[in-house]
Amino acid sequence: MTKLTVNGAERRFEVEADTPLLWVIRDALGLTGTKFGCGVGACGACTVLIGDDAVRSCSVLAGGLDGASVTTIEGLSPDRSHPLQVAWIAAQAPQCGYCQSGMMLAAAALLKAIPRPSDADIDAAIANICRCGTYPRVRAAIHKAAEAMG
Amino acid sequence: MRLRPSRRAVLVGAGALGLLVGVGAWRLAHKRASLAGTRDADGAFLHDWIHVGVDGIVTVRTGLSEMGQGAFTGVATLIAEELGCRLEAMRVETGLASDAFKNIAAGRDILTPSHGLAAGQPSGFAGAVIDFVAEVATAQVTGGSSAIVDRFTRARQAGAVARAMLIQAAARRWGVEPGQCAVRDGAAVHAASKRSEGFGALALAAAGETPPATVALKPRAQWTLIGAEKTPRVDIPFKVDGSAEFGIDVRRPAMAFAAIAHCPTFGGSLKSLDDAEARKMAGVVKIVALPGAVAAIADSTWRAKRALAALKIVWNEGPAAALDSAAIAASLAAAIERAGEVEAEGDFAAAYAAAPTRLAADYSLPYLAHATMEPMNCTAEVGADFVEVWAPTQAQSDAVAAAAEAAGVGAERVRLHTTYLGGGFGRRLESDYVAEAVALAKIVGRPVQLLWSREEDMQHDFYRPAALVRAEGGLDASGRPIALRFALASQSILSRAHPSVRWIGPDLWQLEGLLKIPYGIPQRRIDAATIDNAVPVGSWRSVGHSIAAFAKECFIDEMAHAAGADPVAFRVAMLADQPRLAAALKLAADKAGWGAPLAAGRGRGIALHVSFLSAVAQVVEVSVGAGAALRIERVVAAVDCGTIVNPDVVRAQIEGAIVFALSAALFGKITIRGGRVEQQNFPDYEVVRMAQAPRVEVHLVQGAEPPGGVGEPGAPPLAPALANAIFSATGRRIRSLPIVDQGFSA
Repeated sequence: MTKLTVNGAERRFEVEADTPLLWVIRDALGLTGTKFGCGVGACGACTVLIGDDAVRSCSVLAGGLDGASVTTIEGLSPDRSHPLQVAWIAAQAPQCGYCQSGMMLAAAALLKAIPRPSDADIDAAIANICRCGTYPRVRAAIHKAAEAMG
Repeated sequence: MRLRPSRRAVLVGAGALGLLVGVGAWRLAHKRASLAGTRDADGAFLHDWIHVGVDGIVTVRTGLSEMGQGAFTGVATLIAEELGCRLEAMRVETGLASDAFKNIAAGRDILTPSHGLAAGQPSGFAGAVIDFVAEVATAQVTGGSSAIVDRFTRARQAGAVARAMLIQAAARRWGVEPGQCAVRDGAAVHAASKRSEGFGALALAAAGETPPATVALKPRAQWTLIGAEKTPRVDIPFKVDGSAEFGIDVRRPAMAFAAIAHCPTFGGSLKSLDDAEARKMAGVVKIVALPGAVAAIADSTWRAKRALAALKIVWNEGPAAALDSAAIAASLAAAIERAGEVEAEGDFAAAYAAAPTRLAADYSLPYLAHATMEPMNCTAEVGADFVEVWAPTQAQSDAVAAAAEAAGVGAERVRLHTTYLGGGFGRRLESDYVAEAVALAKIVGRPVQLLWSREEDMQHDFYRPAALVRAEGGLDASGRPIALRFALASQSILSRAHPSVRWIGPDLWQLEGLLKIPYGIPQRRIDAATIDNAVPVGSWRSVGHSIAAFAKECFIDEMAHAAGADPVAFRVAMLADQPRLAAALKLAADKAGWGAPLAAGRGRGIALHVSFLSAVAQVVEVSVGAGAALRIERVVAAVDCGTIVNPDVVRAQIEGAIVFALSAALFGKITIRGGRVEQQNFPDYEVVRMAQAPRVEVHLVQGAEPPGGVGEPGAPPLAPALANAIFSATGRRIRSLPIVDQGFSA
């Protein structure tokens, strides 16, 4: 039995130790906002927070995480009120939306580490892939959220 | 301009017609009853596309796939404009696949391939005949940038019909003339008596009213929603909190999860399978061999993947096992020499031979994968008398047919739910993954969600065809262009999708963007040749235009340079009878500061292309630093797509298409070796990320012409504008993609 704190609530589950965190979140815990994109940590669609750090959950094994605190897109806010969500809506950032959960959690980690990031900081921290090409709007939304979080 | 269609082009048209009639015959066979006028527990359908709830919520069923291109918002806006309600009071969904959602514009485009802008398409009697055939023959599909083109009038008419029924019901209740009533903000109102009744309270009664045979649509001057600047997309709230349901998010009771491995070589098959170890693994439900593939089914996604990895599979590599990219390049080079005439005006050969200045260049383009962020997947359940499918598909009619065939039932038994799509770009016009999921669900007798790995998705795509384009041009003594020829060699998407039309030769999708080139060059010829091999090809955002625009706009730039002319002025001089195209070109140039001095190592390039009834011009500005380090500093786009329903959606689509096309131009390349695709995942199929994404500015021409498409037209001009910018910065011509293979880094 592995124990995690997910979005503030304690969750217990039993899976093979080699199960990536992504599939624990999606299949065992039923939180489908976190997406599968590549399975090799290359695209960032599965990004979640462990503590304050952005991690690619497809490449982190659940077995080694006992006791960790995980935040997924569902945990950003209960009502789309997180400054990132507000900024994302204002910028009309998502297109298909599939990569956006991971994009927003990567942004959340960035803003915790660097509250007022420069464009270069965003370039360095947000390496997630978006095939719809929302990067310019995501960049603008991160700056706007940073301002709002002041 | 009069063009002489060749015999072959006529045959292609006939082939496409036969294809459509064939699809149409199938469609008639599974026609569903209209829901219009029916009541349910929550309210009533006043039209197949419009349900009004007793709670006052208007549910719009678009019949269109929402993949971020804004189709839901666009159709809801069109309906709300006529119905008289706010978007906030609406719910929008695709709805179950149905006849009611056929896409007439898409059918029209196949019957009479569109060249030029929407305003230039057949109208009057010819247009009516085409629409009639298209309506009979077309399918439910979201592709070809056709959503708003198709729904622009039809959705407003639907809204007006529902409005009339609500008003009739209110007038009957109040004992007044319907003509004295109106709608306002979700209610019917009678101004004289100051009476008002919400749509919710009228819904059930309205369903019993006779829909009007004809409706009057609001004049443009009275629009309050269409074209409004600040209409947010209806799907975005669900995409910032994880609640939007994509294909992989579907959950059904007792659902099993499937992972799949296809034979890595195209056309190969299963030779032997040892599943002894996999079958013993925890949670494994079944191991299933399908034609050319093996699936592992388990009680979770990860357990299915583990079981798949534990299988010992031996493949028959099949007849294509020796195919490689070098052989394909050689077959394209051979084919270009035998390309046959498809379109001609004047006498190109004589004009070219006599031209004082002659240019020739070959342009080559690689296969490309779609690499949608959401890998192929589908969820299916097959019962004794039903098939239920949840799919992120662009092609509902085709998916229903594929599901019916896989289950061995009639199409009328299939209920197809369209989820949100994690990207489409044309990949999801195919239904291969739908057929697989249905086959698996039938075998295991419980709901199955099939999810492809990224590697399977990349290695078993329907690729943008590799192509070779030969360009020849002649200038007169004063540098004016007088002769132009393009010859295209590539695979045919049409004959891949429908092998029965394989005898036809060059197909229209293959040639789109090269036929009826809008530049006024008097002597011209377009030739084509088709090659055939085992690599499956399909529609990739802008389809043939992605090839055509690169060759056409790069070569026009080469001609301008040879003439000693400015590339903008050179094009404008050839657009005397195309004022909208000239205006779009000049708008992009002006906004980009065309002609202003640039620092050393910087360059600007321009390109103009018309596709899907819209014109897009782009100026790309690059800098080239030490070690040929290429940086895309800025892209400025000008768009003339006629009437605009939602300006911000248009801007977003053009921004996105620019980034999508930039990924392809810089990095995109699928190569074949040993009969299989070499690339497997994003580490070896790199795409643009945040750090490489340029600043993008989109400028919209405000027009009153009929709407053109916006999902694809932003893609074709990017690669040639970029190549032309690199020439301006370095003096080097880029005639082969991707650019990182030409000695540049990005």
